[in-house]
Amino acid sequence: MRKLVLVGNGMAGMKVIEELLHLVPDAYEITVFGAEPHVNYNRILLSPVLAGEKEFADIVLNTDDWYAGHGIRLHKGRKIVRIDRRQRLVHAEDGAVTSYDRLVLATGSHPVLLPLPGRELPGVVTFRDIQDVERMLGAVKRGGRHAVVIGGGLLGLEAANGLLNRGMDVTVIHLLGSLMERQLDTAAAALLKSALEQRGVRFIMGAKTEAVFGDERVNAVRLSDGRELAAELVVMAVGIRPNIDLAKQAGLHCERGVIVNDTMQTFDPRIYAVGECVQHRKQTYGLVAPLFEQAKVCANHLAELAYARYEGSVTATRLKVTGIDLFSAGNFQGGVDCEEIVFQDPARGVYKKLVINDQRISGAVLYGDAIDGNWYFDLMRDGTPIADIREHLIFGQTALGDSGHGGEDRVMRMSDTAEVCGCNGVCKGTIVEAITEKKLFTLDAVRAHTKASSSCGSCTGLVEQILAHTLGGNYSAAPKVKPLCDCTDFTHEEVRRAIRDRGLTSARAAIAALGWRTPDGCHRCRPALNFYVIAAWPDEAQDDPQSRFINERAHANIQRDGTYSVVPRIWGGVTTPAELRAIADVAERFAVPTVKITGGQRIDLLGVRKEQLPAVWGELGKAGLVSGHAYGKAVRTVKTCVGSEWCRFGTQDSTRMGIRIEKMTWGSWTPAKVKMAVSGCPRNCAEATIKDFGVVAVESGWELHVGGNGGVKIRATDLLCKVATQEEVLEYCGAFLQLYREEGHYGERTAPWIERVGLSCIRSRIVDDAVGRQALYQRFLAAQKVAQTDPWAERADGGGGAAQGDFRKVGTDYVYRSGRSHV
Amino acid sequence: MSEGSAHKRGLSPICTHWIDIGLLQEIPQQGARVVETDAGDVAVFRTLDDRVFALRDRCPHRGGPLSQGIVFGHRVACPLHNWLIDLDSGHAVAPDEGCTPGYPVRVSEGRVFLGVRDGV
Repeated sequence: MRKLVLVGNGMAGMKVIEELLHLVPDAYEITVFGAEPHVNYNRILLSPVLAGEKEFADIVLNTDDWYAGHGIRLHKGRKIVRIDRRQRLVHAEDGAVTSYDRLVLATGSHPVLLPLPGRELPGVVTFRDIQDVERMLGAVKRGGRHAVVIGGGLLGLEAANGLLNRGMDVTVIHLLGSLMERQLDTAAAALLKSALEQRGVRFIMGAKTEAVFGDERVNAVRLSDGRELAAELVVMAVGIRPNIDLAKQAGLHCERGVIVNDTMQTFDPRIYAVGECVQHRKQTYGLVAPLFEQAKVCANHLAELAYARYEGSVTATRLKVTGIDLFSAGNFQGGVDCEEIVFQDPARGVYKKLVINDQRISGAVLYGDAIDGNWYFDLMRDGTPIADIREHLIFGQTALGDSGHGGEDRVMRMSDTAEVCGCNGVCKGTIVEAITEKKLFTLDAVRAHTKASSSCGSCTGLVEQILAHTLGGNYSAAPKVKPLCDCTDFTHEEVRRAIRDRGLTSARAAIAALGWRTPDGCHRCRPALNFYVIAAWPDEAQDDPQSRFINERAHANIQRDGTYSVVPRIWGGVTTPAELRAIADVAERFAVPTVKITGGQRIDLLGVRKEQLPAVWGELGKAGLVSGHAYGKAVRTVKTCVGSEWCRFGTQDSTRMGIRIEKMTWGSWTPAKVKMAVSGCPRNCAEATIKDFGVVAVESGWELHVGGNGGVKIRATDLLCKVATQEEVLEYCGAFLQLYREEGHYGERTAPWIERVGLSCIRSRIVDDAVGRQALYQRFLAAQKVAQTDPWAERADGGGGAAQGDFRKVGTDYVYRSGRSHV
Repeated sequence: MSEGSAHKRGLSPICTHWIDIGLLQEIPQQGARVVETDAGDVAVFRTLDDRVFALRDRCPHRGGPLSQGIVFGHRVACPLHNWLIDLDSGHAVAPDEGCTPGYPVRVSEGRVFLGVRDGV
């Protein structure tokens, strides 16, 4: 077996091994060398260990058993001092020699030691590894009262906070006039400083340390202005530099770090490097998120898959000091060609600054209220134009009226027992515990383990904030390019393009043609693929029922007890006594337990057993009632008010308009459910401005509104345009739905879709481009010719799988008839 | 499936009755059928590679009918809250925890037989 040697038993290096084992478990014989006498631990959580909130055992990532269980030879406390590239050998300090076929360097970084007289005295430490923490705690135990932290950066402030928690008297000496100058502007830095001062940290700004002195141990520091400070502990936290000693010795090309290409290969193709020791496209990184991205790419190449590329990372910073909410990313200082949007509320201790360049966010500093940090970060990283949302940008994404988490938006004020996720009943303490106990780094991992934010998603911002607070600056934001699911690396767009360009007409064909990692996909990708082929090839696509969620397979809505609800279509919400009588008869005949009026002006029959469905539909069908598609990612309802026919305020015939829209659009499959409404006047009784497509009648015609949502995340619509006639309403509506069907991501409602692509983009395609609009409208109508068959009528007649037993159980009677035989 | 699986699940083959539940081709690939037994509903799954598995038709989470879920690989996603259940072992896929009991099944001459314990 080929031999893989990892030099550096830290988070980046071990992530390579974990990823590699995930991809190809048996490809290499693996040997790991670590200079520290420990297994791999979570360096991010050193601050809580220092602060006394955690023990070392709590922050171990890979136990001895884990290494042994994976057949990895681990050499703890054994430093590699030389690489012989010709013979492919690494030499340890104690003379041991190990050969390799592939070598990964993950040597991390050195803390910068100021060349001060007295720096070698016991009691002068850096803040880099567990040994440093032990030294600091040693000083506390010895009864040291005064600690001096040199450096007011991220690490220095975390150390100061930890020592303060341990009861020491802490002074931070900072060379510049403003704290964390690489992450904060002066306004935010001042707020941070006063918050830390209130806790008891003292600051000496613009001061240079000249010497450290003491007899056997350090007992004071002297500043260049002659001031002397008592100090039984001195922490130097003035920065880190990549540890490139070994790579340099081996003749690998280095500058500030070990130079690697986009596959994480060094100058020697057999040697890879990842982590803080690396320099990639002129950048070095010290946060965990980019290091993990690098590790993933490296593992991909070690596994000889050879398609992953690391293209650099944009990083954001958060401070991991309990009670201080702070976020910083990008070019937060601004400059020529930049504008700033600033929000300040001194009474609440809130400061937010966004730096805008060319209609895009190029940097952000948030202090006191950082819940929108990740949203700004995504907008910045994706280069999303913000012109459309500029006026409310600074107020954040968390809009008024979000439901499910009690309107709480500041994680730090929440107690451990406060409920974060209202859908799954998950408390803050449970999430924090899962993050630390289960060593979680990403939102997806937290969702998988705790279920928090995995249902309606309204608390996603809170969960991200908890994650960020627990992990501090090392929190991994979601990757920029999101694959459709774990079965592939392709994005939604790439998959859609391939389906169109390569004429793929079934989910199965797409899985085969696009090299899925799994033989038949998963519960996430198959429904998406099935929709994408139907949207791209309405005439040719082969709809695969097994790739649809049960609701769309059974054409009814599954309930918590496994029964179904049946909602017949009531066009525009207008019904007749005959229809109502038919529904009542069905409800009685089948002993339907609950009959309810829905929010979309329909009647819901709840508690119908699956076996009953075809017969229920058959009866409803006799009265002319068809499927209401209340169960699908499809056009659901068009809600209307009575309009000019009856209402004394009505300006147009909104009911007729609504019925016409519903007649045109019913049966259409869409990326997510679509709700529509038509109001007869601006009083808007049909609530059209929280619908995916809402029409509001005015004297001179119709206003068309898009992208509204009345659910978890309330979003009022954006005005698309105004038109004069009913025919135009139909045309714009069809074109809008078709654009959404062709370009929305599966599962994405119109509201997030519009926020993703921008209203201007939708306007330019639907309003400004008459030819394009016509083409979209025609494609919509063409697709509808195929889509508009009533699935209920089909199944009531034994079609659509009903005859094959889709709706029947294999009953005990049948079993006995077939003969019960002993084997 | 072999009788080895029956042993694995603690079912003695001596008191197992094999019930004929119909033709294999009546169960769609990546699909399931429900068999009513005295002990409750049993979901019989057929995967893309034509393997057949049987589990009690109740998700260990909130009792969702697994037979109605999307089948992929040798797994099914519960239709209620997307828990993933391994068809072979009945165990929930990590990090979820739980297990639903399995039943032996075998295919003979194109017909599917479900093993149930005598008296159950």
